[in-house]
Amino acid sequence: MASPNRWKRFADWDERPLRLDRFAVEDAANGFAAFSSPADPKPGLAIEGGRVVGMDGVPEAAFDMIDRFIARHHLDLAVAPEAMAMPSAELARMLVDINVPRADLVRLAHGLTPAKLAEVVAQLSAIEIAFAYAKMRARRTPGNQAHVTNAKDDPLQLAADAATAVAFGFDEIETTMRVARNAWSNALACAVGAAVGRWGTLFQCASEEAEELRIGMAGFTSYAETVSVYGTERAFIDGDDTPWSKAFLAAAYASRGIKMRCTSGAGSELLMGFHESKSLLYLEARCLCLQRAMGVQGTQNGGIDGAPLAATMPGGIRELMAENLVAVWLDLECASGNDARTTESEIRVGAKILPYLIAGSDLICSGFGSILKYDNSFNASLLNGEEMEDFLVLQRDFEADGGLTPVPEGRILELRRRAVDAIGAVMEELGLPAPSAAMKESVVFASGSAETRSYTPGQVGAISGAVEARGISVLDVVAALARRGFRPEAENLLSLLKLRLSGDYLQTAAVVRDGRVVSAVNDPNDYRGPGTGYRVSEARRQELYAIRDVLDREEVLRAEARSEKDEARRIQYRTLGPAEPGGSPREVVIGISPAFGLKLFRTLAEHPLSAILAAMTEAIAARGLTARIVRFRHTADTSFLGLSAARLSASGIGIGLQAKGTAVIHQRDRLPHNNLELFSNAPITGLEHYRRMAANAAAYALGEMPEPVIVPTEGQALGSRFHARVALIYAIETGLTEDGAAPEELAVRWPARAA
Amino acid sequence: MSERIGVADYPLAEKRPELVAGPRGKALSEITLEGVLQGEVALEDLRITPMALRLQAKVSRAAGRPTLGENLERAAELVGVPQAEIMRIYELLRPGRAQSAEELRAAARTLREEHGAALMAAFVEEAAEAYEARGLFRRRF
Repeated sequence: MASPNRWKRFADWDERPLRLDRFAVEDAANGFAAFSSPADPKPGLAIEGGRVVGMDGVPEAAFDMIDRFIARHHLDLAVAPEAMAMPSAELARMLVDINVPRADLVRLAHGLTPAKLAEVVAQLSAIEIAFAYAKMRARRTPGNQAHVTNAKDDPLQLAADAATAVAFGFDEIETTMRVARNAWSNALACAVGAAVGRWGTLFQCASEEAEELRIGMAGFTSYAETVSVYGTERAFIDGDDTPWSKAFLAAAYASRGIKMRCTSGAGSELLMGFHESKSLLYLEARCLCLQRAMGVQGTQNGGIDGAPLAATMPGGIRELMAENLVAVWLDLECASGNDARTTESEIRVGAKILPYLIAGSDLICSGFGSILKYDNSFNASLLNGEEMEDFLVLQRDFEADGGLTPVPEGRILELRRRAVDAIGAVMEELGLPAPSAAMKESVVFASGSAETRSYTPGQVGAISGAVEARGISVLDVVAALARRGFRPEAENLLSLLKLRLSGDYLQTAAVVRDGRVVSAVNDPNDYRGPGTGYRVSEARRQELYAIRDVLDREEVLRAEARSEKDEARRIQYRTLGPAEPGGSPREVVIGISPAFGLKLFRTLAEHPLSAILAAMTEAIAARGLTARIVRFRHTADTSFLGLSAARLSASGIGIGLQAKGTAVIHQRDRLPHNNLELFSNAPITGLEHYRRMAANAAAYALGEMPEPVIVPTEGQALGSRFHARVALIYAIETGLTEDGAAPEELAVRWPARAA
Repeated sequence: MSERIGVADYPLAEKRPELVAGPRGKALSEITLEGVLQGEVALEDLRITPMALRLQAKVSRAAGRPTLGENLERAAELVGVPQAEIMRIYELLRPGRAQSAEELRAAARTLREEHGAALMAAFVEEAAEAYEARGLFRRRF
């Protein structure tokens, strides 16, 4: 077949997940511009007689609703003349200057227009934005939010998954439904699940505005973030709201003691078809000024539903970071997006999350899909249940607090069981269709809803309808839990409800940690350079380190000890005395390492050392030569094992063999690292390779030039898989070395083979 | 309410628990699981009060967040407004629902006169003016 006129690497690249992502050309006229567009106004502010008469190139008479609301409620006219007069480059430098306190910058932001804010942050590089974000975010302690949903709206699974998310440390969990009418069932289930294990995780049920407020009033939920705002008037109206209707809703939520933040993000205007050819950043700066003007404590910001669209544009990801920076500069709590999955490339996922992980954020994801991708009713998140452990490891790698804590397997199972038992008891107690033991069992162990045998969609609808129609409130649930012996859960749920009385969690960036409300008021970000701001405490560091299945020296020794007995049956090593240079040239010396067969018994590829030595000895014998086995104790290094063996060998050819399986063919007169053949990748080296290497050694001894044996690699990250074990094993080898120790001649027997 | 409140008083539930109570006067310490089981604690006892919101507004202002303070003050006025009325006014504020500024001004009067919500009333009047200027009082389908 004729090969196409194409470098085949492109065909390889075609197969990578990255190529499923579509990229769009920069095209400001059609709204595809991240940081600036010819249609963006120049920053400007005209004040006459204590009144804004022009802003960002628009005279007051032409103000749209957004301009009007910002001019009236965002701009602090006592600060604005000073702030607007400052060069953007100077403000940009102040953002990354550790000697300029956050509070000074927040004060100035109160007097900056959207175009000015956008112009300033656009001057920062990605690393400067991340750094400024770390300095400017509102609350000192970082946190995280989870999505808890499933494809069946199954309340048992919601309860189990809510309890699981709470255990991992999420400060907030958010649910939504596949079928809108299941909202009350979802709310009940998550409220119960989130009360298992500890209290304080805030909970939201994203649904239609009026219903969401009613569910909140029934006490099931404690926060809301579905109040969206937009950067153009037409998009706002198309979204069926105005700045005043949204601000009214904001006050309504607070009046019910419910924490609330708005949502805005790059690309929403573009998706809605009303972008006015403005850049993403400028429109988003308008949204954020508007949110401060409305008096909401915070924002869910950073693309959100528009993030995948922003990610198609040049600079789009940097823009998402920039808009988050504007949010925190305006002193808003920032639930910083990192939710809608912006890419099919795992590399782009990791790159997207890293700046937020190391800078910290009030809520790094909004949210993190704590469930499997297919169970996410908001659509897949940037990070999902599948990738939870990747995130936990990133925290450990960078010693950065992403708000999550590894949880042991047994503990998770305990919590999931407790959660399904609790929701089952509540259902029974409230006369709702109670789950069978088999239903509960299927949920406890299930990774996702495809594996559960639980409620049918019809049953869930009936549960939800009954909760709503019968006016079941969270207090009924508290009482039901207590009556059925779930007192800790009842207390937890009640504690969350009591937060409403003081309204402490209505302040900026409030979450609950260890039973205390922690917000930008009592835990303000005080970053002023190294040693200040949020630091991972020693205790927290230990939590971040505690991922599962980590290796230590004892584990390595235990694993070797398990092989020791088997090896004792297979092979016997007898020391004959000091090894001398050989007499007959028809020999190959195999030099083994100090711990070989004494403390270490198998190669990294799990081959018993007895089998390796047998294969090599046989291959040498097959060429009519003798394999002489010598243990070296002065070195554990492969090259020197090989060279020392070669020097003892009358043929001048020796093999160096470490217990972990690294092997080399050496020749007497060569430089130590200039060997004849080397197997450096022990984990992928098979018995047949050792056999062929030994045959080649025999061939060299006979004066032939055989084809070298190559161990093919598929490019595995062998270092990541094996180096921890290698280092521990090698330390056992070097621990047995002794300067000047003489080589020992060994008699090796394979009892089973002899018989 | 002349109470001087600043960031040092926050969280109120911890630092100034004597200032925190439900609408029927139940203190935080009186809201217990036993109380729920005995039927002595109702959902009503877990509602935030105008006073708590105004105290939080003071905290917000003291922390340098005047707009959040204003929102919490508007919220304080809405505590006593029934849910149906809240939803009615919210609906009226959405684009094209009110056919004239007068409809919004009437809602503002209700807020001011029946609910003592002067700040929110002024806010709704401001919306009426803005909607008029931007031609929002047109029929939407």
